[in-house]
Amino acid sequence: MTTTTLSQSPAAPLPAPSLAELFFVFFMISIVAFGGVLPWARRRLVDERHWLSEDEFLNLLALCQFLPGPNIVNLSIAVGARFRGIAGSCAAFLGIFGAPFIIVILLGASYERWGDIESVRGALIGVSAAASGMILAMAAKLALPLLRRRPKEAAPVIALVFLCVALLQYPLIGVLAVFVPLSIAIAWWRRA
Amino acid sequence: MNDNGLLGRLAINFLTISLLAFGGANAVVPEMHRQAVDVAHWMSDREFAALFAIAQAAPGPNVMIVTLIGWHVAGLAGAFVATGAMVGPSWVLTYGVYSAWSRFRHLPWLATVQNGLTPVTVGLVFSSAFLIARAADTGLLAIAVTAATGALCYWTRLNPLWAFAAAAVLGGAGLI
Repeated sequence: MTTTTLSQSPAAPLPAPSLAELFFVFFMISIVAFGGVLPWARRRLVDERHWLSEDEFLNLLALCQFLPGPNIVNLSIAVGARFRGIAGSCAAFLGIFGAPFIIVILLGASYERWGDIESVRGALIGVSAAASGMILAMAAKLALPLLRRRPKEAAPVIALVFLCVALLQYPLIGVLAVFVPLSIAIAWWRRA
Repeated sequence: MNDNGLLGRLAINFLTISLLAFGGANAVVPEMHRQAVDVAHWMSDREFAALFAIAQAAPGPNVMIVTLIGWHVAGLAGAFVATGAMVGPSWVLTYGVYSAWSRFRHLPWLATVQNGLTPVTVGLVFSSAFLIARAADTGLLAIAVTAATGALCYWTRLNPLWAFAAAAVLGGAGLI
């Protein structure tokens, strides 16, 4: 996958990053990452720092997407743990979460204070509309390869989950209890 | 409800949601919306959409919506409790599973499980987009903003923040 002409000696073992470096790199990822952290995380961890190879990053990402919880938070914990155990995962987590935590609380406080002003309310409605478009694009990017590869299995599950969650507003726990085993059973039955 | 009751309720809500969050934070937005707006009546549909917009426009992981809900419900303590409840379980799981991962990641059933989970996740993310769009729906121009941002994010590599800024200006001027 990687272009060997450009990257210097691939997989040369580097000294494990220190706690401060773990914190700092994830901090830098968090403050530049608008609208999705993953592309930035890949760039810093793989291309710039060479902490992980492309393959390692993809494997780790697969694990983090497989486990419940916010993917990028899981990723910071796993990367921290890989190099520095528990302390490393704390450092990386604080790095990715600390600054955004403070920033959103400041923004939330401003909203409670000025949210009633007509133009602020209007601006937020505008941003909500745009944000839903961004999520829509993300859903489409996930859906299309899936629909191309396994249209008959994937399409009914996507449609039924949407019906139950978005339109009928059923509790998620019940929806998952039905559709996760069902979808896994279908995937097992149709496995290549 | 007193403060401790409120914090306890936040904690239970987000502990549950955390364990259901296969496919990341955006997959559980509909459940957060259902709990905060329809079940607990902590905020209106509009307020939820506004908090979601703030979380998306701010830098960092999109799970920050959880911090904002906690903040809105019970101040700083609420923000800490909600965030801790959302992140704690996945922390323990990730840390625990990571050590075993290298041994069992090549097992064939794992790929099957993942193949089964993906369509469910996609359905959930579509639901998130739908619910936020509906809350922000004030007419044709709002729909146009959603569609335009979607197209921009899908077909170009432009930073979505530009679309957010343009939408904020249009909305602030009272056009949306």
